[in-house]
Amino acid sequence: MGDALALLSFGPDGWGDELAAGAWLTLRLALATLPFGLALGLAVALMRDSSRRALRIPGNVFTTLFRGLPELLTLLLVYFGGQMLLSRVFGAVEVSAFVSGLVALGLVFSAYASEVFLGAFRGIGRGQYEAAHALGLRRGTTFRLVILPQLVRLALPGLANLWLVLLKDTSLVSVIALNDLLRQTSVAVRATKEPFLFYLVACLIYLLMSAVSSVGIHGIERWSQRGMRRA
Amino acid sequence: MNAELLARYGPRMLDGLVVTVELVVISVTLGALLALPIALARMSRSRTLRGVSFCYVHFFRGTPLLAQLFLVYYGSGQFRHFFESVGLWWLFRDAFFCAAFTFTLNTAAYQAEILRGAIGSVPAGQREAAMALGLRGPVVLFRVILPQALIVALRPLGNEVILMIKGSAVASIVTVYDIMGVADVAFARSFDLSVYLWAAVLYLILVEALSRLWNLLERRLSRHFAVATARA
Repeated sequence: MGDALALLSFGPDGWGDELAAGAWLTLRLALATLPFGLALGLAVALMRDSSRRALRIPGNVFTTLFRGLPELLTLLLVYFGGQMLLSRVFGAVEVSAFVSGLVALGLVFSAYASEVFLGAFRGIGRGQYEAAHALGLRRGTTFRLVILPQLVRLALPGLANLWLVLLKDTSLVSVIALNDLLRQTSVAVRATKEPFLFYLVACLIYLLMSAVSSVGIHGIERWSQRGMRRA
Repeated sequence: MNAELLARYGPRMLDGLVVTVELVVISVTLGALLALPIALARMSRSRTLRGVSFCYVHFFRGTPLLAQLFLVYYGSGQFRHFFESVGLWWLFRDAFFCAAFTFTLNTAAYQAEILRGAIGSVPAGQREAAMALGLRGPVVLFRVILPQALIVALRPLGNEVILMIKGSAVASIVTVYDIMGVADVAFARSFDLSVYLWAAVLYLILVEALSRLWNLLERRLSRHFAVATARA
């Protein structure tokens, strides 16, 4: 037990600071992916909800594709594919693993998020649009002031779930040599030959991040329902 | 399309497809067998059973599958003497077994939560009526509660199988030659990105086939509803 604590301590002998740095990168990657994934997800949902076929079809293809492919495969396609594409256009360039991870995770997130948003759109009655129209609000204003606040409330439980999935999916970027929590753990394992201890600790750190997120999500959910009457 | 590359890696890719299907079928089936006792433990009156099953479910749902796989595959090496003494080392030495083992434990946690929700959605009157008829506990569970719960659980269980098909790709990281594993090898030797595109097509076919199979299954299991609505 004492040995384990020494291995996990901070400082030059312990691996605590390396693991913390990895956890910090995992968190940063997930947080950076979130706005990109949400914006793209909303855009795809609007496309799929559109009355124009030319918008609906690409939206549906996008969703089917990124919901059907393994996240690992999407990541490698973005990483290697992006590398090849960019070096063909700009000559030899190095594609950042962080950006590749962000794009790949964002694509997957947005495909699932578009499904959540689409469900939320269906949950907003036609009367809301008609009332806004009767009040003389323009389309953009209607979306911003009437639809979006309700959309947030309806979509939140689904999006919260996707956030927890995203947090776990970040572990895949360890495959493209990004120093996230799981990769830092693997480095520690190689040096110390204590795989069980270190991978268990990594799992517990992921659990802790999920638990803290759940508390935060609960707070946001209460905030989003502030205008609702309690049953 | 590179014909030479296809001739070389195409057949191996199909072998990979078989490995992926085996991995998913084994884990989902064994996971389903484990899921029922876990779901029942989650709803049990005993605090210990509830506590243990709660921890199990939250551990496997709250941590990445890849981390769980590393924990089993690399972590088991640390207990080599123990596994040798109980005669199980030949299993834990094998990457395919470790992947199947991890995926089974993982999907069991997800399936248990789906089952728990579905069992909870069966009206209490069903149980009470069955008990009033003098049916015993297991009969009530298997003949009255579960058949109704399974209809509710079917959709989410299908989604779980799809997640497992996609998730199984991480097995390639511990040297299992599933679709993804073969694609990795082919890409490392050829630097031709199209091998990943073939892999993508194979995964999409698998997922599409499963969702069609599931639609058939759903229609079959809920056929008595269809009759009722047709008459109404």
